[in-house]
Amino acid sequence: MTDITADFAPATAPAPTNYLNDGTTLWSWLTTTDHKRIGILYALSITFFFFIGGIAIGIVRLELLTPQADVVGAEAYNRLFSLHGIIMVWFFLVPSIPATLGNFLLPMMIGAPDVAFPRLNLLSWYLYVGGALFTVYVILAGGVDTGWTFYTPLSTNYATGHVAAAASGVFVAGFSTIATGVNFVATTHMLRAPGMTWFRLPLFVWAIYAVSLVMLLSTPVLAMTLLLIIAERVFGMPVFDPARGGDPVLFQHLFWFYSHPAVYIMILPAMGVASELFTCFARRRVFGYTFMVYSLLGIAVIGFMVWGHHMFVAGQSPLASLVFSFLSFIVAVPSAIKVFNWTATLYRGQITFEAPMLYAMGFLALFTLGGLTGLHLASVPLDIHLHDTYFVIAHFHFIMVGGTVSAFLGGIHFWWPKITGRMYPESWARFAAITMFLGFLTTFLPQYVMGYGGMPRRYQIYLPEFQIYHVMSSVGALILAVAYILPLLYLGWSLLHGRRAGDNPWGASGLEWQTSSPPPKENFHGTPRVEHAPYLYHEETTGPDVDRRVPSQAREERP
Amino acid sequence: MSDVALLREPWPNLERQRYAASFGIWTFLATELLFFGGLFLSYAVYRSLHPEAFRVASHETAIAYGTTNTLILLTSSLIMTIAERAAVEGLRRLTITCLLVTAALGTAFLVVKGFEYAEDISKGLLPGPDFPLRPASTQLFWGLYWIMTGVHAIHLTVGIGVVLVLTALISRATIPLQTPASEVISLYWHLVDVIWVTLYALLYLPGRK
Repeated sequence: MTDITADFAPATAPAPTNYLNDGTTLWSWLTTTDHKRIGILYALSITFFFFIGGIAIGIVRLELLTPQADVVGAEAYNRLFSLHGIIMVWFFLVPSIPATLGNFLLPMMIGAPDVAFPRLNLLSWYLYVGGALFTVYVILAGGVDTGWTFYTPLSTNYATGHVAAAASGVFVAGFSTIATGVNFVATTHMLRAPGMTWFRLPLFVWAIYAVSLVMLLSTPVLAMTLLLIIAERVFGMPVFDPARGGDPVLFQHLFWFYSHPAVYIMILPAMGVASELFTCFARRRVFGYTFMVYSLLGIAVIGFMVWGHHMFVAGQSPLASLVFSFLSFIVAVPSAIKVFNWTATLYRGQITFEAPMLYAMGFLALFTLGGLTGLHLASVPLDIHLHDTYFVIAHFHFIMVGGTVSAFLGGIHFWWPKITGRMYPESWARFAAITMFLGFLTTFLPQYVMGYGGMPRRYQIYLPEFQIYHVMSSVGALILAVAYILPLLYLGWSLLHGRRAGDNPWGASGLEWQTSSPPPKENFHGTPRVEHAPYLYHEETTGPDVDRRVPSQAREERP
Repeated sequence: MSDVALLREPWPNLERQRYAASFGIWTFLATELLFFGGLFLSYAVYRSLHPEAFRVASHETAIAYGTTNTLILLTSSLIMTIAERAAVEGLRRLTITCLLVTAALGTAFLVVKGFEYAEDISKGLLPGPDFPLRPASTQLFWGLYWIMTGVHAIHLTVGIGVVLVLTALISRATIPLQTPASEVISLYWHLVDVIWVTLYALLYLPGRK
């Protein structure tokens, strides 16, 4: 791909240092303000919390093999799914792509040496780790049985365990999200390289920008909501107490004003990653770039106006339900635009099936299924039937696990050579990607069926006719566990034994590939200058030449 | 020389860095507004549900303390603005004096607030089983009163802290007078002031002719 190599590409002599060997002590990592190192710190810590949350749900799935309670008691069961939800939402999914890949890639993709406020960036990691460790500690030590939603009056008056302490841990971690959001918005506005105009930004950058806006506007409301829970539970301030005129539904409004946009915090970055993967492995310009940008922003904006669809059965007025239902259908439009545009990007592309592409394909399929079942839940009459059943569980796991985790793993594989300078073992990675897809379907497709049949969520003891679906789901969870542990092993192996990657093993067009692998501390050897739109995989007016494949370097070099 | 001392990674020049600091704090203030927005929304909902209870409850607030504090905080904002302008003009002594006065006025606010809290508590206005006012939903107002003024006081305490740190750094010449931090801290201080003016209207004024 000589045509996309610009004059700021590395000189022939390799740089003596890169960001990894520029200081190797633990202290140099803990005090780093380099966005690339902070991204790696985040990646290590979210992986740790992901496995804690995974172990918790593993025990839950084991328990659900039989309709009776036989592994854990009722209280422990409630604590396990609360632990799973709280950790997975706040300490894995919310920071997953933005704080790891976003931190690493955002400055590189716009040609900047770092994020706007590097010290604030480091502070955000400490806030995150502090809040997360504290929360996990109190949940393990004292337990929280409210679920991740902290609904009142259960959380304020009745729940046993350390609800207030867990809420304050999440509160602290929320500030880390805000700090990250401020940083990313300022970085995108102020540090774009010469020539990197707004409509030359890669879609991943647009996604991170949109998600930062959502983070900034929603997270403070969650912080206040949690503070109100703490005030009521610890200091006896009546805020949501119905006995004194308070309204628990107000809590739900405040909570979902954050937590529905939070769903878009989780999925928007995944959409950004998918756009990078599809274009690279289909050797295509993205179809409808402008539409892709506006649909990202559209999801971010409309996503703020749909929270009421969580309260169709909570005593909300029929008019409010009608409006929220309508808006929830509307938010599906920009999502559908993205799905169609990704598909159109593949059309007449020269598709190769490297592991990142397999993950991206999995993302597309699972996100589409999860999105379509979202329409079922957005419809008021259907939601009254499906509310609080496993149908809802399956729906949001399709989006968050099928969508976000697939894209996250796809992104990790795709940028692994850039981050570490090493290639991962391709066959193992493809095997893991396919295993994850199949394991995911085995786990969550049965949940749609049993949810539609009436299996309520969060129940430990259930009717025997649902057992077959629970057994399928638990077996699927086991397959999923294998698919998650595999990358940990072979990616770890590749750190020491992987083949050295070139600067641009995929022949990708992004700015981050135009520097060395791993990049130098200041990202680029000189200031990049951008002269064209992203995804320059072929001439604008003509499609890719179907007679002449341009295989990526990785394919050529594979033995 | 001072320009070199101020410039940090990753900025190419001081002007850009100053603009970024301003951009960053405005963005942060937007999040602060949404943070308090959760409280304002709760207040609006409950006041529309229980208008009479809110009138009764608000009548019990100590308006003399509240008004004094409003004047103190508005004055502190004026002094803070003078400090910021003085820093831009390079008037070192005036900057330091004004910053110290700002911090002192902030502390005075907290002291007055402390006296007010003591009076509220002596009147039994902490929500609980022995709450003196009826109907029961007056406790909603007083719950919000304690939370709103408490969260505001925490913000003000943080503000006093950062103003004092800035004063120390400037007076020891650890950082130059023209640091972008003055504008950042000044804007934060004004936000804390604006929030208080809103709280004053919400908590002290209803129920009074």
